[in-house]
Parts: sequence; C-alpha cells; structure tokens
Amino acid sequence: MRLESVKELALLRYDAVVKREAQSKKILVCLGPGCLAGGSEQILAEFKIQLKKKKIKGVKLEAVKQTGCQGLCARGPLVTIEPEGIMYTKVRKPDVAEIVESTLIKGEVVEKLLYSEPQDKKKKIPHYKDIPFYSGQTKIALRNVGRIDFHEINDYIAVGGYAALAKVLTKMKPKQVIDEVVTSGLRGRGGAGFPTGRKWATCAKIEEEPRYVLCNGDEGDPGAFMDRCIMEGDPHSVLEGMIICSYAVGSHEGYIYVREEYPLAIVNLQKAIEDAREVGLLGKNILGSGHDFDIKISKGAGAFVCGESSALMKSVAGDVGEPRAKYIRSVQKGLHDKPTVLNNVESYANIPVILEKGGKWFASIGTKKSTGTKAFSLAGKVENTGLVEVPMGTSLKEIIFDIGGGVPEGREFKAVQTGGPSGGCLPASKLDLPVDFDSLTEAGSMMGSGGMIIMDNRTCMVEIARYFLEFLVKESCGKCVPCREGLYQLYQLCTKITKGQGCEEDIALMEKLSKTIQTASLCGLGQSGPNPFLSTIQYFRDEYLAHVRDKKCPGGVCRELIRFEINDNCNGCQACPKVCPVNAISGEKKKLHVIDQDLCTRCGSCEAVCRYDAIDVF
Amino acid sequence: MAQITINGKVVKAREGEMLLGVIKREGIDIPALCDHPAIEPTGNCRLCMVEISRAEWEGWKKYVTSCLYPVEDGLIVHTHTPELLEIRKNLIDLQLARCPESELIQKMAEDYGIHKTSYEIRPDSDNCIMCYACTRICEVLGCSAISPAMRGHDKKIAPPFDQPPPDCIGCLACAKICPTNVIKWHDEGGTRTIWDKSFEMISCKQCGKKIITKDFAAYIVEKRSLPPEYFDLCDDCKRVETARKMGEIVARVEEVAL
Repeated sequence: MRLESVKELALLRYDAVVKREAQSKKILVCLGPGCLAGGSEQILAEFKIQLKKKKIKGVKLEAVKQTGCQGLCARGPLVTIEPEGIMYTKVRKPDVAEIVESTLIKGEVVEKLLYSEPQDKKKKIPHYKDIPFYSGQTKIALRNVGRIDFHEINDYIAVGGYAALAKVLTKMKPKQVIDEVVTSGLRGRGGAGFPTGRKWATCAKIEEEPRYVLCNGDEGDPGAFMDRCIMEGDPHSVLEGMIICSYAVGSHEGYIYVREEYPLAIVNLQKAIEDAREVGLLGKNILGSGHDFDIKISKGAGAFVCGESSALMKSVAGDVGEPRAKYIRSVQKGLHDKPTVLNNVESYANIPVILEKGGKWFASIGTKKSTGTKAFSLAGKVENTGLVEVPMGTSLKEIIFDIGGGVPEGREFKAVQTGGPSGGCLPASKLDLPVDFDSLTEAGSMMGSGGMIIMDNRTCMVEIARYFLEFLVKESCGKCVPCREGLYQLYQLCTKITKGQGCEEDIALMEKLSKTIQTASLCGLGQSGPNPFLSTIQYFRDEYLAHVRDKKCPGGVCRELIRFEINDNCNGCQACPKVCPVNAISGEKKKLHVIDQDLCTRCGSCEAVCRYDAIDVF
Repeated sequence: MAQITINGKVVKAREGEMLLGVIKREGIDIPALCDHPAIEPTGNCRLCMVEISRAEWEGWKKYVTSCLYPVEDGLIVHTHTPELLEIRKNLIDLQLARCPESELIQKMAEDYGIHKTSYEIRPDSDNCIMCYACTRICEVLGCSAISPAMRGHDKKIAPPFDQPPPDCIGCLACAKICPTNVIKWHDEGGTRTIWDKSFEMISCKQCGKKIITKDFAAYIVEKRSLPPEYFDLCDDCKRVETARKMGEIVARVEEVAL
C-alpha cells in the first residue's frame, strides 16, 4: 500500500497503534551485537516454539519481538517482558520454558534471571527502569533501540515514527527546517562536532545540482558500537532524518555508507529502505508532497579512514578511499564534486525528534555549547559494559560509576579512553569533567563518535598508546608523509619503550615528531594521530619514565619489564604448574611453589588461575 | 586579480590559482616533492606547507599546503618561519628514514642539516617517496594502469593484484616522471619490459630503430585519430623523409619556373 498523503499516514499510524495496544504483552528479545553473540537468536526461536506449544490466552506469536540493543550488554542475552518492563538477564535457551510458565502464564517473576547489583548480589531489581544503569539515562537518539521490532515499519510508525517527516513536508518550508536544526544547536555526532544546521544551510545556499545527502555509518573505533546499534535496532529513524534533510537542502539522492563488518546493519537498513519505498516514504512524491528522495546503501570495506568525510565520498564514488585537502569544503564539492551534506548516523537519528519537539526543546538539554544527548558505548574494565545515552555535560564519573557500575573485581580506576584511537586517555583526576565537545578537547582527548574504554590499575598506559598507534599505523590511508611515516616512527619508538629499550631522548623525539604530525597531516586521522601518545604522556609521564629509567612497568603488563613471583599465600594447590605452558613452576603438593625466572615467559596464566592471591607481579 | 602578501612583499596573482605557483614565480625557493606541472596537485609530501593569515583574523594563523591552497585576495603568506622550517626538516628526516638510498632525499636532507636520520630506517626500503606522480600521470594519459595499493605504512604503488597491468601500454610516463627513479624498465631486442609486462616494440621501417611499443602506438593512433602509418618511421627518418620530399618539391617548382 502506498501512502499518498499525510492523512493516510495518520490512518496507518492509528491502525498500527491499535494493533500494538491490542497485543499488550510483548516479549522483547535483544538481538543486539552482544546478545546475538550470546545466542539470543536461539532464545527468540525457543520463545516462538514454547508459545506455540502452550497457546496462552492473549499472547499471540507476534508478541515475540526481535529488538536492537537493549543496552546492558554485560548481562546479556537480555529479554524484556512488556508492559510490566521486567528485564531478564543472562537468559539461556533452557530458561525460556520457565519464563513462559512463570511470567507469561502465572504472572510471577523468575528471580534467578533478574538483574542484581554488582556490589550487592542479593539485591534483585525486576524492572529495568529501576536499574541504575537505565534510570540515569536520557534517550533521544536511542529512543526506540531495543524497544521496537527492527523489521517492522509499523512498529516505528506506531511509536510516532515519520510524524516529524509528515509535519515537515506539510507545514514547514525548507528554510524553517534548517532554522529549527540551527536552533537545536545539534553538533555532528561523528566526532568533529560541526554544527549540523550550519552545514545544511551552507549546502542549501549553493545553487549547483544535484546535491547529495550522505549518512556516515562507517563506525570504526575499536570498542564503539553506537551507530551500529541505531542502524540495526532503529533503521527507520536514520531514514527519517535523512529524508527530512533531503527536503531541507533540496536533494533527491542519498547514500548510507556502512562497513561490511556490520552485515546485520546492512540487512536491517535494506529492509527498512524497501519497506519505506513500498509505502511511499521513499521514492517519488513522498506522502503526496511533490518531494522526491531515495536512498541507496553503499558498502565500505572497513577501512577506518573511510569514516573521514572526503575519503568516504571517494569510496562511495568507487575510488580508493583517500582523503583530500578540504580547503574547498565537501558541502560545496563533495560526492562527484557536487554539494553534499554528510552527517553521522546518530545525528540523523536525532533529527526527527528535534523537528517534532522543536529546536528549543533540544537545546534545553545538555550544555550551552553542546546541546542534546550523546550515545556512548561503555567497554573495557567496567561492570555494565553496554550502550548508554546521557545528556551532554554529564560527568565522566556519573557515566562510569553511576551508570557503568564502576570498575569490576574491586580494582582501582586508572583511565578512560574517549574518542576512539585518535582520542585520548583521561586520568582519575579528570573524572569530574563534564562530557561535552569542548571540555574533552580541552583536556587533551576528544568526543569522537562516543566510544568509552575504561581501564583499571592493571593497565599499562605506554602499552595502550602503543596499541592505538599500531591501529592508526595500519589504518592510515598512507597518502601523506607525516601520517604514514610519522605515525609509524612514533609507534616504533613507543614499542621500543614497552620493550624496555627506550631512553629519555626517545620521549623528547616523540614529542617533537607528534607536533609535526599534528600540524602537517592532510586529514583528521593524521592530525589527531599522535593523541594516544600525547594524552598518555600528559597524564602518565611517570609511567613512561618508569619504563625508560627504571625499566619497570607499573601496570604489570609489558612482558620484558615484569616478573611473576609466588608469595606466602601459596598453599601448594598445584593449579599454577598445570597451566604454565613452559613448566617454569615447581613445588610439591601443599608446599610453597617457585617460578623459574629463566624459563618464565611472563604469560600471566599462573596469576589468572591462582585463587589465593599468591602471585605477585613486579 | 587578487593581491596577496608573501613574506612581506605585495604580489598580484590570479584568484583561484594555487599558492605554490605564485610563490615559485616570485623566485622563492620552497621544496615540493610531489608537485609537477603535468598533473593535478594532491598534497602528499607536505613540504610546500606555508603559514597563512588575514588581517581580519587578528593574529590567528594556519598551516596549509601551498600546492592545494587557492589564492584569495588579502591573504598574508609566510614561507620560511622557524616553525615551517622545523616541519620541513622533520618531514625530510622521515623521508630519509624511508628512502635512505635516494640521492634526491639525501641532498635535501643535507640542505636541512640532517646527516643521519633520527628515526629507524625502513627495512627493505626502496626509494619510492609515495608522491603518486606516476599514478597521476598514468591517469592523465587515460590508462590508470597502476594505483596506490594497501594502506598505512604498507602502502605501495602497484598494478592491480601485483600482476602485469592489463591497462599498461608501456609508454614509460610513470618511469620518466618519477623523481627518485624507482620505476625500473628495460628495452632489449624488440621487447620493452615494465611492471613485469612485456611489450613488442615497433621498428622504424627505414633504419630499424625501435620507436615505441605497439600498444602505445595503437593507443595514440586511436585517441588522436592519426593515420595508421604514422609510426612507420622513427623521428630521425621522418625528418630525412620530409627533407627528401621538400627537395623534390623545390626541384619541381624550379622545373616549372624554367
């Protein structure tokens, strides 16, 4: 059925809402990346099998919904039962029968599957809204992710989807749309933070045709999965944002650039595009407004640099993905040298809400210069690894400790890495820092796309710098000298230090080289490339000095600089000799064991297996 | 016409032309490894970086590659500030670590007072400075037989899949434009070999000298709509032939006059 007018869309929405309400009981199975890896597809299938078997009154087969990421990946696979909002964690296939029996039939809660606080395992929280991880969040971009079936356009429409588009097409002029986005203060969520409204306004002013609307779904930071979850879990919000943009800037052709590593995102977006086309939300004469716009998916091969705007456009055009100097901006000469608006997935997902509730409303959230909310993926040494969205200006402490639940195993927080590989590591002294574009940049890191990697005291900051530099060396496009050669040499010097072969002159050389790379590189990747080194040397210089002066690794990570020794806690349980791959541990049963330092390869297996805290790292 | 200031001197330049051209026209010595008049600039080597500002920027300045930066009226350009010299020195130092054997880079390094690179020398280094001149000239010729391949520090110039390039016509433009003479080729007997691809050479029908590859000849004949016999003779023999024909004409004209 093709929708010929806004009125027809309203009727369809009415139908969708009625259908959705009639089916009040919903079983939302998370098919986000983490839960999927935990086998949630089998759980989804099992629910359908069980429901078929039991035939519960009022719970149809359609009540089982596949959703995008529900957020709390650390406790996945997750299943939420609506309308109660009961969240079950770490669900396994055999648990499904019990959930059906207890919750769906008897209306009871399955205690053992409930969320429990990391600090107080006995305290069970049945409703997800009461879990601190969720109650501390404000969701705009992720409003539907994890709450609706990603393959159902009617689900999206039922929760108010495409209403903003209808409003824009019938009640607003392109200029008004742009003004609203300008008022909202929305800044690019891909990392650079350029004002979205200003970008649209510049494009709309250029007379050249055709103009393109592009969406950057090339999320490449290790540990970042916000855009992925939006594309997978709520693809229509991205489409709606893009259609609104196309109307505002006068474009008829759009592309979503998605990396091949996100196969599910591609499938879900493709399905969404086809569904939107079928009902006339994409294509010619959208909702009878006279506006034409269609979207194609352009698949990237997973080069990190293709997230850079000019490289992305080259890749979409079929060329080698290399950035060009942007003295003439891509909004003027972008894809095929034509005016192009390129925004990030999360930016587009914010657009429908901004148009619906108004730019002023959006600007009232967050800080003055960084309005709205930001999605982050929490990864690393944090209790609640997962996907979160908080108002801009929320402190790092709130995100990591209140929402994230702090560092596991009672270890100490050491640093948080924000902004992806080219971002930086911030120490504990910066935990009160409000998370917004300018504060992070000022502190020597950056917002980036929103990856947040938390590190505990068993992390070596030199090794972390080395790891991210290695990533950047491999992912640099290799076109310009400072980035290709400079980052490579920076990486070599850093490796030298982690091996205990560095000297203080090396650190000075690295600082000098970093300055040249920052100033002379062609694109953002190179210009921010030395950040892993610069931010760690800024906050953890002592650790570098320990490596070069004392030949010690305070984090206990760099193999060449550490040694394992067994202390008096050892009760001779003989667990460690069994796991030692080089037979370096000797000792009789129930007697103190000893590590032969000449044989030991510092693999850490003994420390990992010891239950008596008997292995020291020096 | 735009008016800009370069190192304190007011200079006139065309709006939109690249800064590097204007700087060179002014006789200012500024290094540039990837710039060549036959090809579009890409800004790979970064050596031609300059500092720009404008009166209204109130002291704010930025660094840009002059080969890519279009002239705008009122631009204030500095080409040899201590910061720029430091950047160039560092860039050349990095190039020297990549191409320690290159005479061109060695000479540049000496000019900047670098006698030994501060960095680790690239193992198995060739002399390729990755200026892309070869791939750009190949593109200009319409062949695009070679291109930059791989990523990051492994980036190299290569034919597709490191196989003899199907689109190469053996014109040698890449080898001739290469500033560090990395691209090797040889002519032997009636065969030219470049990029592991062998080409049959056309011989001059008069003197037997090898002229160009058969593929290159066919390409030019087609693109320029030349007569197929255009490459029958080498340049020297063509000259002789032209002279002979001219002689005949002159003789005939004289005959007629008599």
